[in-house]
Amino acid sequence: MTDLFSKFDPLIEQRRALLAGGVEDPFNLVMERVLSPTVAVCNGRETILLGTYNYMGMTFDPDVILAGKQALDDFGSGTTGSRVLNGTYAGHRAVEDALKDFYGMEHAMVFSTGYQANLGIISTVAGKGDYIVLDIDSHASIWDGCKMGDAEVVPFKHNDIVAMEKRLKRIPEGAGKLVVLEGVYSMLGDIAPLKEMIAIAKENGAMVLVDEAHSMGFIGPNGRGVAEEQGVLDDVDFVIGTFSKSVGTVGGFCVSNHPKFEILRLVCRPYVFTASLPPSVVHTAATSIRKLMHAGNKRAHLWENSRTLHKGLRDRGFQLGTEEPQSAIISVIMPDLERGAGMWEALLHEGLYVNLARPPATPAGMTLLRCSLCAEHTAEQVQTIIGMFERAGKKAGII
Amino acid sequence: MDRAATANRIAELIEPFNKKGIAIAEDTTFAGDLEWDSLTVMDFVAAIEDEFDIIITMNQQAEIETYGQLIDAVTKLQG
Repeated sequence: MTDLFSKFDPLIEQRRALLAGGVEDPFNLVMERVLSPTVAVCNGRETILLGTYNYMGMTFDPDVILAGKQALDDFGSGTTGSRVLNGTYAGHRAVEDALKDFYGMEHAMVFSTGYQANLGIISTVAGKGDYIVLDIDSHASIWDGCKMGDAEVVPFKHNDIVAMEKRLKRIPEGAGKLVVLEGVYSMLGDIAPLKEMIAIAKENGAMVLVDEAHSMGFIGPNGRGVAEEQGVLDDVDFVIGTFSKSVGTVGGFCVSNHPKFEILRLVCRPYVFTASLPPSVVHTAATSIRKLMHAGNKRAHLWENSRTLHKGLRDRGFQLGTEEPQSAIISVIMPDLERGAGMWEALLHEGLYVNLARPPATPAGMTLLRCSLCAEHTAEQVQTIIGMFERAGKKAGII
Repeated sequence: MDRAATANRIAELIEPFNKKGIAIAEDTTFAGDLEWDSLTVMDFVAAIEDEFDIIITMNQQAEIETYGQLIDAVTKLQG
């Protein structure tokens, strides 16, 4: 008998070798208690959180918590059904209305996760004979959406406008075209030149989908994302987003002005064939989204935090993913996985949690320590974080 | 461009990507013999696409395992 697990042997061996060195397992951390959006007790230590996607710190907002508790009392713990059968409650409508108001768009469709939103929309919209043109550094959910559908898939080099245009122009006459882009690419924290790319996509007759998971609530005058910031949101056919980052709970969505959009509720399999979100989740999300519409001060503070951390780390000799801070993600480039894991552990011992990111999630085989800031990090916490990085960096031999 | 001429052009294009200097034949595989990672594959595919002004979709790339199959595919894609 062939052991179907033998294909995982190289990874099993890599993990064994890493952990044999005595390093704490970076992929097995437990948050025992969560004290606030920025502090938790992890593996027995009080730890500053710098590796969550809680950009706007909404997870402990009193209004959000209250809405969730009320929904548990009023609607119960779960829907036990699909959105198209018995799984659409008042709260699902309320959160879709909140999204329409937040983005100023005609239609909103809520999925059970952000992953499913990409999986569902991409695999359904682009069918047999159509072409999907996408950035090579796209998130796994985008790639999986491509794989699940029947369209022809054409990747281009990350953020390369010319490479994208060349590929669009080579697509056979008359074929349907979907260009898939992200606002913020979450590994290096860099943004896309959406203005130029979307203009070219439109010139070449393509529809455009932009994943704004890592920009919602933070980038753009109204927190609608990078497309809003660059003044091209009106040219985006589908915006994909998530509730598991700035909104502070779980769930995914697509907003659109396409006149036929609503038909997707009947034909999109990752929407139809799964249970809908629990009432408490959709009520917390609706409350959070409406509060994010008026979060200008928090956005300003988060930008200050991002700039301070970027400069602090660069001045201390760390190699960063972007020349300038472009988002709430500051990525610190490690020389290799072994030293990256060592640095990660040294930071954890200092009382700081960051994400250790490694291939295949990262581009170009890089090992990264990914820091994501929160609007609830105080200026003092950011200075503390910089000090922790300096000590850990010296201990781990990175700087 | 016929198969022989296409093969000649591809032989020139593959040179800078063949960092280990492996002798390439029709049955040489990209993943096995050349040990290319996904990034190298992407850069090489982009170079081929730009040279011949074609698209080799991911779907088509999945069918191309050997050097010979690549020459066949590019010859065909030029129409």
